Amino acid sequence: MVYGDSDVATRRHRAIKILLAGGFGVGKTTLVGAVSEIRPLRTEEPLTESGIRTDNISGVERKTTTTVAMDFGRISLRNDLILYLFGTPGQERFWFMWDELAIGALGAVVLADTRRLADCFPAIDYFERREIPFIIALNCFDGARRYDPEDVRIALDLDPGLPIITCDARSRESAKQVLIALVEHVLMVADEPVAP
Amino acid sequence: MVRPYALTRGRTRHAGEAFDLVATVTATPGTVTDPAALAPEHVSVLQLARVPTTVVDIASDVDLPLGVVRILLADLRELGLVAIRAPATTAARGVVDKNTLREVLNGLRGL
Repeated sequence: MVYGDSDVATRRHRAIKILLAGGFGVGKTTLVGAVSEIRPLRTEEPLTESGIRTDNISGVERKTTTTVAMDFGRISLRNDLILYLFGTPGQERFWFMWDELAIGALGAVVLADTRRLADCFPAIDYFERREIPFIIALNCFDGARRYDPEDVRIALDLDPGLPIITCDARSRESAKQVLIALVEHVLMVADEPVAP
Repeated sequence: MVRPYALTRGRTRHAGEAFDLVATVTATPGTVTDPAALAPEHVSVLQLARVPTTVVDIASDVDLPLGVVRILLADLRELGLVAIRAPATTAARGVVDKNTLREVLNGLRGL
């Protein structure tokens, strides 16, 4: 068996990661599907100490792994430039996945539902502590009361410079605008002088 | 159904240097000298890597859990059958450079 081709082997791929975080049912899968070619990805992770505490596995002694389904989408921006979107489960017990995803990521979108704002606290906390640039996107569900983004800023105690936008996760154009807002924010942060 | 980690003979961590989810995997022009060292899943992974492919795309295509695919890839790397390269854009300080950010922005606007 011979594998490989030296011509393709020298081609340089550029892969960009964007994280999409938020509580359960907030529309992460919908948004990934609206703007990208959504693909299946599962992780079957060994149960860690903390996982064992949260997953009740009594009576299932042989179960040593836990399945985490992730939303994963890709957008080819150019032949050699591909954007990967990762919808990550919001609960703290999945942070081991985030640690892996966050390395080298362009930034993150925290998708929030104004009816359950508290669900996005862990994600905000996570990105703030690791200094990963992020924006907040408020998914406006049908019939959901629309909040002023500035009220949300106060409720979540967010920095005045942090973009908070509204979106419709079902709309391709709206999902695209969310990603554009994130990249613009990351570019702006990159231009700021580094704090002493 | 096969227990996923049976494929890896119970190993849950891979050998060698860690690699990113979007690292590029490329089959090297090497020859498999000992086909018995490879499981059918190794061969499937190797075939996908004939063109440079990211770790996450391989995991999705072979429909195996990411953790398992990582171990299979590390095996192939140990055998010298694949090269795994860090994403070009994040090589420096783990931050995406500004030129790439602008390219991403233009790309998104053009969608």
